[in-house]
Amino acid sequence: MSMRTMTRRARTAEPDPYSYGSRHYDLVKEFTIALVAVLALTFALAAVFSSPDEKPMTIASWAKADPGDFTATALAELDGSSATAGYGPPYNAAADGQKIGPLALAKALGVTHPIDTAQDFVLGPLGSAPQVPDVETALKQYQGASSDQQTKWTGAYSDALTKAGGDPTKVAASPDFGPTPVLLAQLLKQAQTGSLDGALLSEGGFYQTDYTLPLLFLADGSDLAAQADNEHLSGDQWGMMNETGNFPGQAWLWLYTFWYQISPYNHSDNADALVWGTMMVLTLAFVLVPFIPGVRSIPRLVPVYRLIWREHYRDQREQERLRTAGPPDIPATDGE
Amino acid sequence: MNQGLPPAAAPVDLNGPGHYLHWGVIQLSVANLVVIGVMVLIFVLALVLRFPKGGDRK
Amino acid sequence: MSEETQEGATGGWTGAMRRSAVKAFPPDKLLPDTQPKYVASWIYVFGVLTLAAFLVVLGTGGVLALKGPAWWHTSGFGHYVNSLHLWSVELFMAFMVIHLWGKFFMAAWRGRRVLTWITGAVAFVGSVGTAFTGYLVQQNFDSQWISTQAKDGLNAVGIGAFFNVTDFGQMLMWHIVLLPLVVGILVVLHILMVRHRGVVPPIALPGQELVAGEEAAR
Repeated sequence: MSMRTMTRRARTAEPDPYSYGSRHYDLVKEFTIALVAVLALTFALAAVFSSPDEKPMTIASWAKADPGDFTATALAELDGSSATAGYGPPYNAAADGQKIGPLALAKALGVTHPIDTAQDFVLGPLGSAPQVPDVETALKQYQGASSDQQTKWTGAYSDALTKAGGDPTKVAASPDFGPTPVLLAQLLKQAQTGSLDGALLSEGGFYQTDYTLPLLFLADGSDLAAQADNEHLSGDQWGMMNETGNFPGQAWLWLYTFWYQISPYNHSDNADALVWGTMMVLTLAFVLVPFIPGVRSIPRLVPVYRLIWREHYRDQREQERLRTAGPPDIPATDGE
Repeated sequence: MNQGLPPAAAPVDLNGPGHYLHWGVIQLSVANLVVIGVMVLIFVLALVLRFPKGGDRK
Repeated sequence: MSEETQEGATGGWTGAMRRSAVKAFPPDKLLPDTQPKYVASWIYVFGVLTLAAFLVVLGTGGVLALKGPAWWHTSGFGHYVNSLHLWSVELFMAFMVIHLWGKFFMAAWRGRRVLTWITGAVAFVGSVGTAFTGYLVQQNFDSQWISTQAKDGLNAVGIGAFFNVTDFGQMLMWHIVLLPLVVGILVVLHILMVRHRGVVPPIALPGQELVAGEEAAR
């Protein structure tokens, strides 16, 4: 032991852990006990508490439950006023995306998932389904019109819809709307029967795993957010940490979600980018704690270590006492 | 997707409306508070409780 | 050991790798049946508890994978396996954080153990990412809400350009292949480093920089 200790010390200039004396310790037994304990705990917790599985919202369930919100959202996708339509990268060039100071990372990486909301969410799904002549005519009329004309139609219909409290059935017909009400009424019908869920997903082909289009359409409406808000999952409710019902959530995201609650993050147009920037810096700092003056000294200042190693320090004091009491020419050694 | 089956009945049903606590800017679910509290408690116990000693060697 | 010496530097790359592996990890260092005397606190068990919980997470995730991502919504047994996966993750994260608290207050990066800290810290961050992608592939309301919210953060810093949280297929691959692989490799490296350097010695008390053990080793 001592030979090995000597050579290792000479190389590392660090105390060999075993030079402090050693005792039997069965690592494999410890691991086995730990594994059995964790398994038992897991089986027990799962049996007692189960796990949450709240049904997803479908375009169909949304359109059936809230046809007004669906119609308003579809109109916003058509006239380009929805959140997705004005999002910017990576979906379109309608905006520059968020910045951290002068750093426009989103814009630099560009439009990688192009989405044309009018085409992808409204005109495409209408055009790909077999339609009655009225709808076909309306679709041709809309697609053949100038964008100025389209804006006049959708603008007039939008105003009328707002006046009617968002209920499309209460909007009296008017030539000012052009083909807009016919198109939106048909899209609502397709949505309520569930075919829009399929149409949005299948735009890329037969096999499909990318839910970007249906998810963005849902998120542009207000029902998804309303349900989340009701369940305390919104960003301004520390929602990232939370889970539906009374289940624990991702509590480890506490710091991430914390920034969204305070100034300047909670009122900045670049909140997401700023929070991400902040968390990247803090994560780097966490990884590099051993190199950060001050932070790396906290363990010496907070005497938790004295609790952890209290037996070691007690032994040390005991030996110090023996050494000062004993003959001076016999140095006390520990465990050798 | 068929999501017809309800979650398997559990002795403690956590599917009801969530319980939340508010202190100024802080909002926390009772479930998360319990998890964090148990973690802190276990940490303190791990520091304070005596660890059984194996036999000394050499 | 003597056979190695007689062989000298033969055996090509394979021999060189074997020699360096045996040198870095002699069997009694890789699987020692003793520990330094100061390893005498319950805080030391949270590393191995984290490892055990990690294996249970992998195991329960593996059972979920057997019948595909939608199975647990339609089967009572599948739902129970999902519950096992969730609660093993809660245990894994809790044990890992307690382990982290303990190692921070021991300043466990001392004595050329910086890489041990760094691999552990990156494994923690990787685990947070793995858990996050798990929430995205649950195929329920959680996944819808979390993905449509999280996309804004990722898009804001350009990550969304190649990491699309609303693409279920991509997130499933990250959750069940790429991220567990990264975390698994980090965990193995982390444990090997602990075995290589040994458990970090106690912090010297103020005014007692030369502790008994260090003196004995001199």
